[in-house]
Amino acid sequence: MATWAGREDPSAPTELLRLTGVSKSFGPVSVLRGIDLTVHRGEVMVLLGENGAGKSTLIKLIAGIHRLDSGSIQFDGVPVQFHSVAQGEAAGIATIHQELNNVPQLSVAENILLGRLPSRAGFVTPGAIRRRARQALARVGLSDLDVDQPVGRLGVAHQQLIEIAHALDVEAKLLILDEPTAALTAEEISALFAIMVDLRSRGVGMIFISHHLDEVARVGDRVAVLRDGDLIDVVPADTDQARLVRMMVGRDIADQYPRHRQTDGESEVLLDVEHLCQGKRLLDICLRARAGEVVGLAGLVGAGRTELLRAIFGADHYDTGVVQVCGRRLASGRLRQGIREGLGLVPEDRKSQGLVAQASVRENIGYATLASTAHAGFVDRAGQAGRAEAVARRLRVRMRDVDQPVADLSGGNQQKVVFARWALAGSQVLLLDEPTRGVDVGARVEIYEFINDITAAGATVVMASSDLPEVLGMSDRIVVMNSGRIVGEIPADQATSDQVMALAVRDVESPEASGGANPPEVSGETDRAQAPNHGDPIKDGGNR
Amino acid sequence: MTTGQVGAVRRRAGQDPKTWSRRFVANNGPLMGLVVLCVILEFASHHVFLTAGNLSNVLVQASTIAVLAFGQTFVIVAAGIDLSVGSAAGLTAMVSAWMFTSAQFPAGIALAAGLACGVVVGAVNGLAVAWGKLPSFIATLAMLSIARGLTFVISGGKPIPTPSSVSFFGSMIGPIPVPIIVLAVMGIACAVVLNLTVIGRSMYAVGGNIEAARLAGLPVKRILVTVFALSGLFAAVAGMVIAGRLQSAQPGAATGYELNSIAAVVIGGASLAGGVGRASGTLVGALILTVINNGLNLLNVSAFWQQVVMGVVIALAVFIDVIRHKGLSH
Ligand SMILES: Nc1ncnc2c1ncn2[C@@H]1O[C@H](COP(=O)(O)OP(=O)(O)OP(=O)(O)O)[C@@H](O)[C@H]1O
Ligand SMILES: [Mg+2]
Repeated sequence: MATWAGREDPSAPTELLRLTGVSKSFGPVSVLRGIDLTVHRGEVMVLLGENGAGKSTLIKLIAGIHRLDSGSIQFDGVPVQFHSVAQGEAAGIATIHQELNNVPQLSVAENILLGRLPSRAGFVTPGAIRRRARQALARVGLSDLDVDQPVGRLGVAHQQLIEIAHALDVEAKLLILDEPTAALTAEEISALFAIMVDLRSRGVGMIFISHHLDEVARVGDRVAVLRDGDLIDVVPADTDQARLVRMMVGRDIADQYPRHRQTDGESEVLLDVEHLCQGKRLLDICLRARAGEVVGLAGLVGAGRTELLRAIFGADHYDTGVVQVCGRRLASGRLRQGIREGLGLVPEDRKSQGLVAQASVRENIGYATLASTAHAGFVDRAGQAGRAEAVARRLRVRMRDVDQPVADLSGGNQQKVVFARWALAGSQVLLLDEPTRGVDVGARVEIYEFINDITAAGATVVMASSDLPEVLGMSDRIVVMNSGRIVGEIPADQATSDQVMALAVRDVESPEASGGANPPEVSGETDRAQAPNHGDPIKDGGNR
Repeated sequence: MTTGQVGAVRRRAGQDPKTWSRRFVANNGPLMGLVVLCVILEFASHHVFLTAGNLSNVLVQASTIAVLAFGQTFVIVAAGIDLSVGSAAGLTAMVSAWMFTSAQFPAGIALAAGLACGVVVGAVNGLAVAWGKLPSFIATLAMLSIARGLTFVISGGKPIPTPSSVSFFGSMIGPIPVPIIVLAVMGIACAVVLNLTVIGRSMYAVGGNIEAARLAGLPVKRILVTVFALSGLFAAVAGMVIAGRLQSAQPGAATGYELNSIAAVVIGGASLAGGVGRASGTLVGALILTVINNGLNLLNVSAFWQQVVMGVVIALAVFIDVIRHKGLSH
């Protein structure tokens, strides 16, 4: 897709943000060194870099979350140093952070207006709150969402859209977006880009971080590449991808999806799910995964992929149906039994579901094997440390040492820590929910190689992902979900993204449209139940 | 990512003694506070504070609060709070005394029954939290009232003399008071459980992120029950020390001690949000509280003012700790 031409008023002073010699260290570790960068009004500056390159740290310096060690920041013509997010917002900087930053117990509306609740004489005005929240939601295409429900009940994608709405509510001159697309599906991403185009035409400057190289040329004007805390170069957004990758990681990456397929379809069935039903969320799911296979789960937000993985794993109960792992039947909701039989889950949100932030890398890797390696209740400290170190090295986790708190690692490296846990446990059936969310190109390939390794060794992987190229590139078989049902299955070598999307968006509300799946035979309640209507995709680009 | 880069990230602050000592001071703020406090008191009391007699006195006084606080540390690390430890201490000692005098069990059995009673009280708290889904504040607040009520029911409101097995906790072995030995043993036990055992490490995980702990396969409910049961057991031991020193179980013993135990844990650097806390920190916290108490007595400050000073110290200690952590991470 072409980049966007011309800005509104070429004569106006266009410089919005200027960083000069910005440096930052955390304790002994120097994270950013002498960064010089300018962002103009009406420009989208893409920040590229590996996990841990310092992208989030840089934007946190701009937003006033961290203090500069040296260097200076000029915003809108004046030197600034914000001491809080509120100061930054007041000056016109809105930020969408990488990890979700909401208050789960508060309502959607309160989260959108958090920190700037409209009030009269100290009393909040619920009517005004709802009205403004609805306006902000309409811009991200969620006009139907109930603004009074607690945010914690929503899925990650909706929460991400709410964070975007939160940032859009500020009349910002500079909008910073730290991996906003990581949790979104193709349609929501298009909608977000439409919003960005609209903002750009109105002179808003933007800093956009993403690990998806195809997005660079779609929305970016210029690209700044960071590597290991140094600014390598600033280049036009239409620079060829291979060159961007080389600048980021310092070497060539030949194949972005290096799947080694084992084409034999007769190997042992490791995961067998039959007629699984869970309220209105999962309707008569049948799914098999064989040794050596990667099954991709595609679908829109709200299609039930996360619910299915959680139900199989035992994180949630299901109503009826059978789950068998390696030939053994699992009871509903018995997570630890599942883990013993060889299940592992990489959940969709590592911060809230995957990791204990204050605990060390070593401990986080070791939780699933803590009890099984212990002697008489005492932790095998030396052994666990050695093994954790070994898997961390195998997955190339970038860290100081295994005793570093996992919270200090960059996002992609945190994700690898969750993988490392199951690698250590030797899981035979690995359930992955958005496995490379926020993971850089290089690290992503390393995770894919890990998937190749374990499947070659006879394990099976079920991978739910909103990243369509990933599903197409890494799965052997693609199963498409839609409104809680499985609506089709396509061998990956024949699948195209259009084919997958067609199944994913098809209207399956009518009873005969349940596609490949058998009609439910067990439950009288669930087959009458219609899929909920909350997860509908965004219809238009949210332009106004 | 090349191995070279991994190596580059690995470079650490120099390991030379100067940085080491500076880091030791930075990581042990409460301990430094305690040392400063002792020095000040030594001079303010005209060299009465640092005598063997007084120090032994301080440790004996600190023993009950420290043992309660060690138990409390488990709960706070697991992101809970135990308001029932004071009542549990009172109840368990009373149960032992009653078993011996009224039910005429042998002294050893009476002691064991008291300790078991502590475990049961704690386990009930744990069950209410893990399965009943009550917030620990509420569950243990209820237990605070229930256990204290039962203590008065059993005793009829009157003190009961303790059996020899309990009185032992207030006696001396050679020159060393038994409460000091109990303090050391329970402190070591707390540190060992927290650092070296599966259950201990699991407490940090549950306190840090209960959902992540569950999805990693940790038996969260069982862990919570164990945490509170341990707290109950430690409370029972503290109860025995209190009763042993008085040679009798008092129905009102250890009233209000739960707050001191919480204060000790928090002064020691634990976070009420869970996931953080150390046995050594808790010991220092308990010692700070006791030393201030002892110092104010040596300086003849009135009991009324002592309460005021105590409150200020608790607030100040935690405040300094908060500042210190902020200063380090930014
Ligand atoms: N609060 C902190 N304390 C110590 N180290 C930190 C802290 N925050 C970040 N770091 C370190 O700084 C480096 C840069 O981290 P940053 O989060 O900026 O990376 P990033 O480029 O945003 O990566 P990702 O793509 O994974 O989000 C990493 O090595 C990380 O471990
Ligand atoms: Mg980041």
